Amino acid sequence: MQELFDSGWGLSLIVFIPVVGMVVIAFIPRSFEAGLKWTALVTSGIALVLTGIMVALFDFSAADEFQFGADLSWIDVINANYHIGVDGISLWLVVLAALITFLVVIYSWDHWPEPHNPKLLLALTMILATGMTGTFVALDLILFFVFFEIVLLPMYFMIGIWGDTEPRKVPIVNWEIEMRLYASIKFFLFTLAGSAFMLLGFLALYFRSGDAGERTFDIVELSALGTTGVFAGTFAFWVFAALFAGFAVKVPMWPLHTWLPDAHTAAPTVGSVILAAVLLKLGTYGFVRIALPILPDEAQNWAWFIGLLAVIGIIYGSLACLAQTDVKRLIAFSSVGHMGFVMLGIATLTTVGINAAIIGMVAHGLITGLLFFLAGSMSHRYHTRDMRLLGGQMRVLPQMGVLLGFAAMASLGLPALAGFWGEFMSLLGSFEPLESLNESVFRTFMVIGAIGTILTAGYMLWMLRSVNFGDAPAKWLGADLEDVDTFEWLAWAPLVIAIIAIGIYPNLVLGATDDAVVNLVTSAFGG
Amino acid sequence: MIDYHAILPEIVLAVTVLAVLVTDLVVRDKYYSAVVGMAGLFAAMIPLFTLALCEDLAGCNGSLPRELFGGSYVVDQFSLVLKGLFIFAVFVALLLSVAYVESDRYYESEFYFLLLGAALGAVVMSSSRDFLTMIVALELVSGAGFMLAGWRKGDERSNEAALKFFIVGVTALALLLLGVSLLYGITGTQLFSALAETPDAIAEEPAFVLGLLFVVLGFGFKISAVPFHVWTPDVYEGSPTPVSAWLSVGSKAAGFVGLLAVCYFAFPNLSNLWGPALWIAAALSMTVGNVVAIQQTNIVRLLGYSSIAQAGFMLAPFGAAAAAGADLQQAFAATITYLLIYAVMNLGAFGVVIAVGSRLGSYELEDWAGLYRWAPGLAVALGAFFLSLAGIPPLAGWFAKLAMFSAAIGVGDAWGYSIAIIAAVNTVVAFVYYAKVVKAAFFDPVPDYIDVDALEPMEVAPTLRLALGITGVLVIVIGVFPGIASTLAQYTSEVVVAIGL
Repeated sequence: MQELFDSGWGLSLIVFIPVVGMVVIAFIPRSFEAGLKWTALVTSGIALVLTGIMVALFDFSAADEFQFGADLSWIDVINANYHIGVDGISLWLVVLAALITFLVVIYSWDHWPEPHNPKLLLALTMILATGMTGTFVALDLILFFVFFEIVLLPMYFMIGIWGDTEPRKVPIVNWEIEMRLYASIKFFLFTLAGSAFMLLGFLALYFRSGDAGERTFDIVELSALGTTGVFAGTFAFWVFAALFAGFAVKVPMWPLHTWLPDAHTAAPTVGSVILAAVLLKLGTYGFVRIALPILPDEAQNWAWFIGLLAVIGIIYGSLACLAQTDVKRLIAFSSVGHMGFVMLGIATLTTVGINAAIIGMVAHGLITGLLFFLAGSMSHRYHTRDMRLLGGQMRVLPQMGVLLGFAAMASLGLPALAGFWGEFMSLLGSFEPLESLNESVFRTFMVIGAIGTILTAGYMLWMLRSVNFGDAPAKWLGADLEDVDTFEWLAWAPLVIAIIAIGIYPNLVLGATDDAVVNLVTSAFGG
Repeated sequence: MIDYHAILPEIVLAVTVLAVLVTDLVVRDKYYSAVVGMAGLFAAMIPLFTLALCEDLAGCNGSLPRELFGGSYVVDQFSLVLKGLFIFAVFVALLLSVAYVESDRYYESEFYFLLLGAALGAVVMSSSRDFLTMIVALELVSGAGFMLAGWRKGDERSNEAALKFFIVGVTALALLLLGVSLLYGITGTQLFSALAETPDAIAEEPAFVLGLLFVVLGFGFKISAVPFHVWTPDVYEGSPTPVSAWLSVGSKAAGFVGLLAVCYFAFPNLSNLWGPALWIAAALSMTVGNVVAIQQTNIVRLLGYSSIAQAGFMLAPFGAAAAAGADLQQAFAATITYLLIYAVMNLGAFGVVIAVGSRLGSYELEDWAGLYRWAPGLAVALGAFFLSLAGIPPLAGWFAKLAMFSAAIGVGDAWGYSIAIIAAVNTVVAFVYYAKVVKAAFFDPVPDYIDVDALEPMEVAPTLRLALGITGVLVIVIGVFPGIASTLAQYTSEVVVAIGL
């Protein structure tokens, strides 16, 4: 196994095994469902086991270096290479992506959204898995771009085919179309617009890197160049703006977030889970991996702006949550707030802040993944997601109620659960941001963020009150609904365990990230 | 002494064209005419390789570029790759046509004869290095096109298409000839290499500039760049769909070859004149093409407008680099890369349109709703080709877009940045209508009036399936390993290096 990973093939296998699964699925007839499910389970299982082995073999004492890498020639003419590798920053994100894929396949085992089509759904899930893991390991801008874009199509199809069918008014033109159609195209257009400009930014970096040697798309080489001041002045400003467009839409940062509530709410359960748990992280990861190290000076100029949008997102997301009646939409808006904390952490440009961002990303992936699973299963049973119609879940579905309570507590940042560390450390980071940043501005952000945590607690508790507690409407009590079933337990238990494990022992994640983050901060910002 | 090796592809093709006619006289089953044609196309491919690899082959003399007829006819890297493209395009177009022309009472062998004749014209065009040869070749492409467009004699739309195409084509030709005669009158030559050495004093003459603009305008019609695009959707819609496929790829590529050859070989020093003109045409083409395409309800018209917009994307780096006086080699390579990838994906897209359209008897998008329910395979192919046209990785189109953006940004000044931003916005706009087709096929329910049970047992013709297979595999392979396309394009751009730009 050591040789497999040292040669770079191990990491490539993690990325591309799902593609193999997808091809096999394509050749299995639609009616042979068991074959389809087992193929998906086995391929995503192999990928997950391989990520486990990867963690076991990972040299934590050298977490700031890229390990298990490969660097093969890909497109000679533009000097774009198949350069991959993991370091402490990406390690757990790769695991997260593989884990969520595997759990989604388990959950799907007998929870198929309508129209019933396991073949297509599983094939799309496999493509998503490749795109997600690929983005986290790519060390070449073009490779990153390709993986970053690959995830769009399957998600577009997931929302469009299996999404909500209730009518939705299109703003401005006032057409009435089905929610799924509106949400799918909106999701795609927002992301595509962002990434088109991001690509222009990548190309600008490529040509400018020619001033200091051979033109390159290599993230490692560009990061090294970034500290030498090759990218500076108005050039750097516009490039950062272009990268910001691509990443901020994906995160999403206020005010570019409007695709998110629609997409999350309209998507089928597995789509929402993948979207919330992993896809949002592609944006924040892009900031940490690309924008900060390659354009460190510009990152310092933009930090206050990013921090400002982040805290607006925190407050806005929380307030919007309080106005929701749809459980799924509430969880979707809560993502805006949580990703705000992640971005605030990044904006501080400090070791503490960026560590907070990464542990926040992992925690948000686990917690919000679980919340969306729960929301999906609940609406599967109640046939409604309207909180005004729900209530007394602790009596109707006690196990579901406990899990929802647990996930909500984790989400509001209860200490000793995973969500706490990201929020806490990000506020800590903004108490003392990078020296070149304005301390009082960031301390204001910290105060606003702290108010946000209170609001978060507010809407989560309010959600629990109206769903879990109170009187159960008679129709649910008499309906003899099935509580959490085996497949649900199988899919959710790992998330619960991981949330507790990271909550109690955050070093699990921070132990890997810290060295890499320290290296990033010292080489980029000298602090 | 004539270098017969250099013109072997043309000779083989000419023989093939005649052989198709002879086959028609001898055999009853017209299918064999197409088979003879395809065999001829394979045979014509071989000399392309022997010419390209001549230096490594035993018993082969000479190296590229090979000049014939006093420089009027040149076989170089550029023309070899483009000849390959034309032969490939007509091969796929033949595959798309067979089931179509068999399906009704059409003249069959004559159809193949004209299609191959058009390809011969395009192949000759890519080596033409004087205006006379080029115009004769261009008219071989166009003349065949006029007749093919009207092949559905009973259909008014087809008649209209043929007539419209003819009138526009002749107008373009007239403009072109007017321009050429002006240039010839002033310089006394119509050989590109001689025109390239026009002294500055003459090149500044208004009549010379006018001649140059007329020539560029003439080609503008051929590539259906805005504002010379109005004929395109009508002609595509009215023509038999396989002919539209050929027109949108082969005929358009021939226009691009002409434009590139004229600009780079005849007027390399006047890029400050044609550069801005092409920049404007590029910006207009992509914007107008995309915006109008959004409103289309007929899928062939939609592809027509899409091809206008794609022409804009192809012109973008070319125009920007020339306008800015920057490195023309990268722009040249980007345009060729785009052209190669566009050919593959657009032929594929038309293939699916023909397959579904001939089953359904309709090209209206609303009738295509729910395609995935009754033809999942075709729906997936449709999605793949249309999303490739939209430029979504990992399908080939993304690299065409990347090459275009890269060359535009590489220009490094306002001309380049501005066209790159316009193109980026247009990429997003274009997605709206490509997604509209995907939405209809995958997300919408089958309309009530369509009897799915009656459609399901029908088979896709084997030739059509082969065409879809070839283009489909290429779209994915080039998407994952785009080096294939960029290496070919880089190979062609050696020509630009050779003339010292």
